[in-house]
Amino acid sequence: MKPRVAVHKFASCSGCQLAFINMGEDLITLTELVDIVHFPEAGPLGPEDAVDIAFIEGSVTTPEDVDRLKGIREHCGYLVTMGACATSGGIQALKNNADSDAWLKSVYAKPEYVESLSTSAAISRHVAVDFELWGCPVNVRQISWVVRQLLTGVEPVDANEKVCAECKRKNTVCVLVSKGEPCMGPVTRTGCGALCPSFGTACYACYGPAEGINTEALGQRFIGLGLQPAAIAQKFHMINNAADEFDSAGKSWAAKQEVSNEHSS
Amino acid sequence: MNTHPEREINIEVPVMVRLEGEGALSFQASNGKVEQLHLRIYEPPRLFEEFLVGRNYTDVPTITARICGICPIAYQMTSILALEKLFDVEPGPWVYDMRRLLYCGEWLQSHALHIHLLAAPDFLGFDNAIDMAEDHPETVTRGMRLQALGNEILRLLGGRSVHPIGLKVGGFHKAPSVDAAQSLLKKCEAALDDVRQLVAWCAQLNLPEDQQQFTSVAIHNENEYAIMPGRLRSDAGLNIGFNQYADNFAEEQVPHSTAFYSRLNGHSYFLGPLARVNLNFSQLPGSVKAWAEAQGLKFPSADMFHNVVARAIECHYALEESIRILKAYQLPESPFVEVVPKAGVGEFCTEAPRGMIYHRYQVDASGSIRAATIIPPTSQNQLRIEENLKSSVERFGLNHTDDELRLFCEKIIRNYDPCISCSVHFLKLDVDRC
Ligand code: SF4
Repeated sequence: MKPRVAVHKFASCSGCQLAFINMGEDLITLTELVDIVHFPEAGPLGPEDAVDIAFIEGSVTTPEDVDRLKGIREHCGYLVTMGACATSGGIQALKNNADSDAWLKSVYAKPEYVESLSTSAAISRHVAVDFELWGCPVNVRQISWVVRQLLTGVEPVDANEKVCAECKRKNTVCVLVSKGEPCMGPVTRTGCGALCPSFGTACYACYGPAEGINTEALGQRFIGLGLQPAAIAQKFHMINNAADEFDSAGKSWAAKQEVSNEHSS
Repeated sequence: MNTHPEREINIEVPVMVRLEGEGALSFQASNGKVEQLHLRIYEPPRLFEEFLVGRNYTDVPTITARICGICPIAYQMTSILALEKLFDVEPGPWVYDMRRLLYCGEWLQSHALHIHLLAAPDFLGFDNAIDMAEDHPETVTRGMRLQALGNEILRLLGGRSVHPIGLKVGGFHKAPSVDAAQSLLKKCEAALDDVRQLVAWCAQLNLPEDQQQFTSVAIHNENEYAIMPGRLRSDAGLNIGFNQYADNFAEEQVPHSTAFYSRLNGHSYFLGPLARVNLNFSQLPGSVKAWAEAQGLKFPSADMFHNVVARAIECHYALEESIRILKAYQLPESPFVEVVPKAGVGEFCTEAPRGMIYHRYQVDASGSIRAATIIPPTSQNQLRIEENLKSSVERFGLNHTDDELRLFCEKIIRNYDPCISCSVHFLKLDVDRC
């Protein structure tokens, strides 16, 4: 029997699932190798069917999400999160540190119609995750690679080196050194192919934190470039704002801004 | 199987398949009368407008793109144009053409995806495109080729097709090399046969007929088939600047949806490929018009299922327009202009693949965002979708099985290519900020 695969969606932009759809003709090859039993956007529907691999896009933001997620975990062998939303809570986790009830009220005249938790949480906050794919969005290469590994029975290995390493390999001129751009490459994991620097612009950390990073030192470097602490805080509190390292770095730089405001007032 | 028209009908489809994002169908009827018939949008709101407040304007295209992975260019471009309008930035003809090219790439990939993967199984009688591929391999691979080409156009200037990184307020980070443009040009030329076949194929599809009364709204530009600048026009006489949007369109919240409903002067209206083709068909290049007419197609059309045909015609147009732009490609002196922020309000509309999208930003003198409003096409279409459902079901008759009724409704909804991810993230203008 072919291995069975499901693709689930939670709160997201649907951009990560496109890594399947954008495979083009390889998607047809993939369907010869595996049975896609649940993937609503593409057609198959079987949310409760037992599968070997479940891919999850999106973050947990409602009470029903939590129940649905638990059901998925029970019915799947191997669970892979795809993308920033599923892996760290996504950009919508910015509401975690805010008064999200007030936000809901400001967006919706009748907030009682809208059922929503006050947080946007990574999948791993609620169930055990077997492998995490970072990126906003994840790309076709990452998905194909993970599927290939799993089909050949090899446990995928996390690649968590920094974007800087990729720039060096590609011989891309460092935008931080040469142009003084506040590039997040030194703290961000690779996977994108160091795309932004290759376009001459600063990385904005859509692949989340790399391993063994020094967020304080990078922030100090940005101060040297003339950035305010608040602007540095926002660089960490961006797409992967709820990833532990970025969450605390962002809070620490926000606190530095407050101190400096007090001094100047 | 029960087909008695006066039976109790209670159809709930909690997850509609082949839709961008998650929406549900809810349909109740009794004694021969439709009591409730809704496209329920229940995706939780992601509150984007709030994230934007306090951010520098340079972050706006990066953040708004994350509202939708299928049409990120619509979000990036509309926010960039709204901010440039406010800052009086004029990046010149090279940037203008490249933005058009990029937008054509997004139309092509989004339309090709919808026609082949989401809609075609409805018309050919399959559950999904994967099953369809066995009997119609050529149709499915043509769709994938065209979608891939659209993605490649996006990558030329954007670096990647989902959440491109090449754009900024003021222009582009980098100009593609002449070689890269030439090689893409060859691929576009080689795909001309595919898009022509696509139009012909859509024209001969056995589409259900669905004559509807509706008001088409789209951007109109005197000089070209409008994608970005222009005025908002309707076939009922509307003709306004983008800055009059809020005076004419209003949104309201309803219990069965986390999206809002929009009305134009109190009434429903329709956006998208068919609305554009209805209003601007005469501006398409001769080759695109002639090919459509050779297939027996005539516009304006009040047959809602011509939306799929209009989508195919726009694929043809997007490809020809890309070829025109790429043929003339030259390296610019600079791919962007300098930007100095200004305090005030900037608004803009563009034509997303699914129809007109409106953005409005209030910015302070330092370039920090004070308030944001984003109104995507799907929420503007939602009222029209529900009116379409009701009138079509009444005509179709309740003397069909539940399954037939369900499928009929799903087809009608899918024909609009609603994007649920888009529609749940916007803010009302007149919020009460306490
Ligand atoms: S991680 Fe980014 S691309 Fe993926 S679903 Fe979330 S917002 Fe979209």
